[in-house]
Amino acid sequence: MTPPFNTPPAQPHPASSTSPRLRAALFSTDHRVIGIQYLVLALIAVVIGTLLSLLMRIHLVWPDWPLPLHGPILPEDYLALVTIHGTIMLFFVLTTAPQAGFGNLILPAQIGARSMAFPALNAASFWLTAAALLILLSSTFVPGGAAISGWTAYPPLSAVASSGPGQALGMDLWLTSIALFAIASTASSINTLTTILRNRCHGMTWERLPLTVWGWFTAALLSIIAFSVLLAAILLLFCDRHAGTSFFLPTGDLVNGILHQGGNGSPLLWLHLFWFFGHPEVYIAILPGMGLTSMLLANFSHRRVFAYRTMITTTLLIGLLGILLWGHHMFVAGLNPFASSAFSISTMAIALPAAAKVLSWLATIWRSRPSYKTPMLFALGFVSLFLTGGLTGPILAQPILDEYLHNTFFVVAHFHLIMAMAGIFGLYAATYYWFPLLTATSQHPGRLLSEPLGHLHFWCTLLGAYAVFLPMHLTGLAGEPRHYGQLTGIPGPGGSLSPAGALLSHTLPLNRFITYAAIFLATAQLIFLFNLARSLRKGKIASSNPWQATTLEWHPSMNPFPPLPASDTPEISVHRAPCHYQPCHYQSNKVEVSFLPQWAPIPFEQDEIEDVTDTKPE
Amino acid sequence: MICSRLTSACLPSLCLRSLWLDHAAIRSPWLLPRDASAHGLALDHHLLLNLWIALALLALAHLILLIGLLARRHSEPTQLWRIEYLPLAALALLFAALTLKAERLWASSRYTGASPTALQVEVTGVQFAWYFRYPGPDATFGLTNPSLVAPGEGNPLGLSSTDPHSADDFVSSQLVLPANREVDLRLRAQDVIHGFSIPEMRLKQNAVPGQTIHLHFTPTTPGTYAILCTQLCGLGHYRMNATLLILPPDQFATWLAAKQKAAP
Repeated sequence: MTPPFNTPPAQPHPASSTSPRLRAALFSTDHRVIGIQYLVLALIAVVIGTLLSLLMRIHLVWPDWPLPLHGPILPEDYLALVTIHGTIMLFFVLTTAPQAGFGNLILPAQIGARSMAFPALNAASFWLTAAALLILLSSTFVPGGAAISGWTAYPPLSAVASSGPGQALGMDLWLTSIALFAIASTASSINTLTTILRNRCHGMTWERLPLTVWGWFTAALLSIIAFSVLLAAILLLFCDRHAGTSFFLPTGDLVNGILHQGGNGSPLLWLHLFWFFGHPEVYIAILPGMGLTSMLLANFSHRRVFAYRTMITTTLLIGLLGILLWGHHMFVAGLNPFASSAFSISTMAIALPAAAKVLSWLATIWRSRPSYKTPMLFALGFVSLFLTGGLTGPILAQPILDEYLHNTFFVVAHFHLIMAMAGIFGLYAATYYWFPLLTATSQHPGRLLSEPLGHLHFWCTLLGAYAVFLPMHLTGLAGEPRHYGQLTGIPGPGGSLSPAGALLSHTLPLNRFITYAAIFLATAQLIFLFNLARSLRKGKIASSNPWQATTLEWHPSMNPFPPLPASDTPEISVHRAPCHYQPCHYQSNKVEVSFLPQWAPIPFEQDEIEDVTDTKPE
Repeated sequence: MICSRLTSACLPSLCLRSLWLDHAAIRSPWLLPRDASAHGLALDHHLLLNLWIALALLALAHLILLIGLLARRHSEPTQLWRIEYLPLAALALLFAALTLKAERLWASSRYTGASPTALQVEVTGVQFAWYFRYPGPDATFGLTNPSLVAPGEGNPLGLSSTDPHSADDFVSSQLVLPANREVDLRLRAQDVIHGFSIPEMRLKQNAVPGQTIHLHFTPTTPGTYAILCTQLCGLGHYRMNATLLILPPDQFATWLAAKQKAAP
């Protein structure tokens, strides 16, 4: 894995300046370098994952199109595309980029820490993650090909090598990759938690922590709980595959002519273990984005975050409820129907903290006339997509409705809007917002991404996201199942169209539209890549706090980076909660807004202070 | 009752329904397939109610967002209870009501089993086919043994020849059922997890190896319907489908008699 094109020289102390730049960048324990490494890894992963999804979309509507250098896409190829797309996007993009990438880059600065708690563990986590991605991709080239059992890897399909292509060495590599990722993610989360617990600067009380930090904190807690369970499940599955155990295999299971006579296990055990991880996983992916959105809406509206304390509470509540509702993935999996009722209620319950967050976002920007910089646009897009994707959540939480909608494209639309699209919008908001911090080095100050290109990118992406994923609700309602590589040409008796073929071919016109929209959406991302490449060298030079932000990562001594040695940097203290803008009450549209960063010791005049957290500075 | 009548009257769901009930052949590609089961009507109503509520909330939230962005600048809102807790309480009530309604429907279809007079059929999912076994005149399924499975020799389910109950069992590749009689399905899987789904019967349930799961429903409209596999089960997943044939009761009796006669 080659380091990023713009990896800043990592020279935490003068002694290392003699080592070659590449070596320093590769084996750096500087959290900013590691953060950039994670982001570049996620960028590589997202490009691969997007191309795979395009191949899937193209195959779905033009099944005979031969893939260059490969030939026609066979059913097992299609399922391998689905599996690798899902795995890459979920683990190596949506988990890695917000949590490990931006977490490393920004989190220490936001709490006034000089570094992460365990720098060497941090570097080890990154290299394990990189190895995991490499192993996952390499599984495409082994005999039998990559695993084809989806990112959920339900046994016995995944437990028995004879159950189909990709279930032998391909599945072993998939499991190895995810096991390594789980270890790396747990280590990285321990690092994040310890950093937040131990390394906050003077005055940074819990109620003054930016909501982004609360997002990272909750996601790290969930990671530790969820990934450890996943790791255990993977080890059990490994034993089933190679050590003759039967945790997930019932006795008398007959796969492809090979009879399993071992102990009496149950595939449902895997579903419980997997979804106990799998559901919190989607909150791990989205919570940092939710925190960032809260902060950005306030920043660009020059408002405090409405109901700051409630926002902290709802973040924690979403985390807590997030680990209690895994069973809603199992309404039709063979659970006791009473259990489904319990999981239905816990799933409905999580709609309330999520709704509280949306209400708070709406209130924050209510009649605020914000400035529409690109990060703000992406934050607003996050709110819109979160709403659109989120509102179908309560529908799927009702077992009787899930009985019809389960594993249809309605579900695909739901989780792509809320997790993939809102998640990606969070990542874009973060990239546009923190780009000056990403690009600043000790030699030159940071740069900004181009605003006109950013606006164009935003509108194309928003339009594309809705054009791709809104119609999927309709094909799902019409009955289109997931994981179907082909929707037509399923002949019935006598060569006529079978009822299944007739049912599924109804969705073809809409599916064609979705594929065109997906090609448009993917093409629009080239604007971003172009903007990135151009702005790295020619972007406008940013001032030390270009967005008038109030959080610590914009403190002059945190920027440029790498910062001065610890001995030379002034001690940072925090005097208030973030998002203080003056005046708090606006009389007209043309008020000159001044802001009071967390580190500035000068208070407002007493009658204008409205400390949202009601905490006295220490 | 008044409440549910009100919602049906207020929402255009009914006219949409008639659109796909009456014109199934030319139905729009993005609506629910027609419903041919006894429990489907209530499910469809509830689904459409949910969809309209979601759409209304979506529009409302986006409207607030847009007005908030476009209206003149104003001092920030401070009444936490009015703009946060009150809407939350309203949403909580709404979601509670929806959950309650959904739970009643769920309970009526899943909390209890089929009536003793229901027609017994066993469904077995195998990579990549569905097999349907009828118990024959003795109304009892014979034992199966996985080591006896031999699809090439006409015994795809491994029926044990030593068990007297299996003598009159017969296996069909098509699910044939009479209209307006409750059916009790015994769902099994031989190898991996399969998803038994009949969209037009509003039915979905995974078949899990090692488990026998009961599923009951009453088909109403004669016709042919698609049976799909909706749980990823391997490379032939997309073509693991079968046909459900609903016959008027007298025609079903004729079919059953012919099959029983042909059974070994």
